[in-house]
Amino acid sequence: MSESLELITTSSDEGTLPLPEPLCREIYDKMLTIRRFEEAVLEIYTQGLMRGLAHLYIGQEASAVGICSALNDDDYLTSTHRGHGHLIAKGGKVDRMMAEMMGKVDGYNRGKGGTMHIADMSLGILGANGIVGGGMGMATGAALSGKMRGSGQVAVCFFGDGAINQGAFLESANLASVWSLPVLFVCENNHYGEYTAASDVTAVREHVAERAAGFNMPAMVVDGNDAVAVHQTAVEMVERARAGEGPCLIENKTYRYRGHHVGDGDPEKTYRTQEETDTWLAKDPIPRFARRMLKAGMVDETELESIDADITKRVEDAVTFANESPYPTADEVTDHVYA
Amino acid sequence: MSTPERVITYGEAVREAIAEEMRRDETVFFMGEDVAAAGGVFKVTVGLLDEFGEDRVRDTPISEAGIMGAGVGAALTGMRPIVEIMFGDFITIAMDQIVNQAAKMCYMTGGQAMVPLTIRTTIGAGRSSAAQHSQSLQAWLSHIPGVKVAIPSTPADLKGLLKTSIRDDNPTVIYEDKMMYGLKGPVPDDDDYTIPFGVADIKREGSDVTLVATSSMVHTALKAADMLDKEGIGAEVVDPRTLSPLDMDTIIRSVEKTSRAVVVDEAYQSYGVTGELASRIADEAFDYLDAPVKRVGAMDVPVPFSPGLEPQTIPDEAKLVRTVQGLFHDVTV
Repeated sequence: MSESLELITTSSDEGTLPLPEPLCREIYDKMLTIRRFEEAVLEIYTQGLMRGLAHLYIGQEASAVGICSALNDDDYLTSTHRGHGHLIAKGGKVDRMMAEMMGKVDGYNRGKGGTMHIADMSLGILGANGIVGGGMGMATGAALSGKMRGSGQVAVCFFGDGAINQGAFLESANLASVWSLPVLFVCENNHYGEYTAASDVTAVREHVAERAAGFNMPAMVVDGNDAVAVHQTAVEMVERARAGEGPCLIENKTYRYRGHHVGDGDPEKTYRTQEETDTWLAKDPIPRFARRMLKAGMVDETELESIDADITKRVEDAVTFANESPYPTADEVTDHVYA
Repeated sequence: MSTPERVITYGEAVREAIAEEMRRDETVFFMGEDVAAAGGVFKVTVGLLDEFGEDRVRDTPISEAGIMGAGVGAALTGMRPIVEIMFGDFITIAMDQIVNQAAKMCYMTGGQAMVPLTIRTTIGAGRSSAAQHSQSLQAWLSHIPGVKVAIPSTPADLKGLLKTSIRDDNPTVIYEDKMMYGLKGPVPDDDDYTIPFGVADIKREGSDVTLVATSSMVHTALKAADMLDKEGIGAEVVDPRTLSPLDMDTIIRSVEKTSRAVVVDEAYQSYGVTGELASRIADEAFDYLDAPVKRVGAMDVPVPFSPGLEPQTIPDEAKLVRTVQGLFHDVTV
């Protein structure tokens, strides 16, 4: 097996924080924003202020933030039904996201998309997606576009362990590899596709990333709850992609602390065990990162509290903004069917 | 002053349209299975690779969903891809990317995104290609808001509509009848010649019956019209040219003149283009009609292989003539 086909397992030394302080502050801010945002979504959903489905990203924050902190503003990403974290990590505004959650006219999509379709084309966010694996082709095409235009842009394709079993993965990974396209396929393996354990339905020895070998692309298995490890992996792979060396498959091992979507019951009573969840709770990416910042002397407890208070306020303001925004008027229903 | 014309084939119209638009706009590129080195299985894209090179004329893996997805992504990010799906039957494999992604991006994003993607694919039976290479599935995508659909019947229409499609900011699908690639006809000798979507064309004037016909069935209808002429029935042949948007005005004006209408399309008759058009004529032209609107489509069977079976499944001029006669003489069709 050639060097490029080795499976590289990545984690970082918890005793160190080998990233510059401004970057660490940004990573922490984004991760905590995602957490507080998702908690607010849970609340508004429970209060009946939000309809439809809400797939929370709680627990997976290090994956989105670790990857997106390695990107430029004009790089592309495609997201999933569990996409709020990706959007915030890429720079999405929480007030306009929250308004979209509620179907309001000030939402990113003027209320036409909702939680599963938020996009911000100005940030290269080509959209969350309601179809599992639905963004894989688009990310590949965005990378092709960047390459053809010589822009140096890369595309990140976020997807879950469920999507690795979609045919779209094979078709996109093959195309991206054979054309050496600058795309990072990032599998967020949270171990459950909806209500089914990935291990029950996925034919790999141990890691989803093993599949990369079939496409002649490098594969990394990363502690997806370690923002440093994810970030460092992303930096390396983004650099490689920009240099024209083609795509890669990154598997971020992580866990969602909530169910598949809000209101679908307690996972620990049905398809997973409390013991397993507890193991993952002990690896919560946010306190883990906070401990490293504390140890490095970048912050103290008081400042952590004040960061949290600021973020909580920002999210509360977003909820207020969304509540106060009107629904689109009925005549908007026929707008934007065509460009 | 009229534009000079040249006679070219339906296949040459494809090549000319793509080449002219690629010369005009460097963001236009073309990809599909066997389209570059081989020039396509129907040889209609021969020469494009030589002129534009392998970056802009790309042979792809046999991965319809992957190619279509890449087309959508490229279209979202500043390019104008033309994606060829060799046989319209294979478009079923790419349906998620067209129906759930491309068609809805502009709407779902509240107008932020546009998908200037052109999809070229083929329809049409008649060459013993059997059930998976002969279907006319144009109704499927005409059903989807957000997609524009063209179904040209002549070299001039194909060239003009394909060029418009490439310039359009929306996902568009061009259904080309694979049996017509050798069909010759005049086209305006003008690099900037285009035809707008949503404008039907009266292919033959007549005063007694309107034959609304698409693609290959336009030629069947023209033959039927010649036969009907001998019986003193003047048939007007209206070609919608695009199914979405659809120019109902021209169709209604024709029916207002003729008081009778027959719709003919090569797809399976049930739940298809003929049903939609007949329903709309019956609804919007009710006051002008002297007879029920009739429709003629393919038999509701998978297209059979055997030359002994296939021809009867496709509408022909004899069946069309009988159908029209039934509107005048109470003949059982």
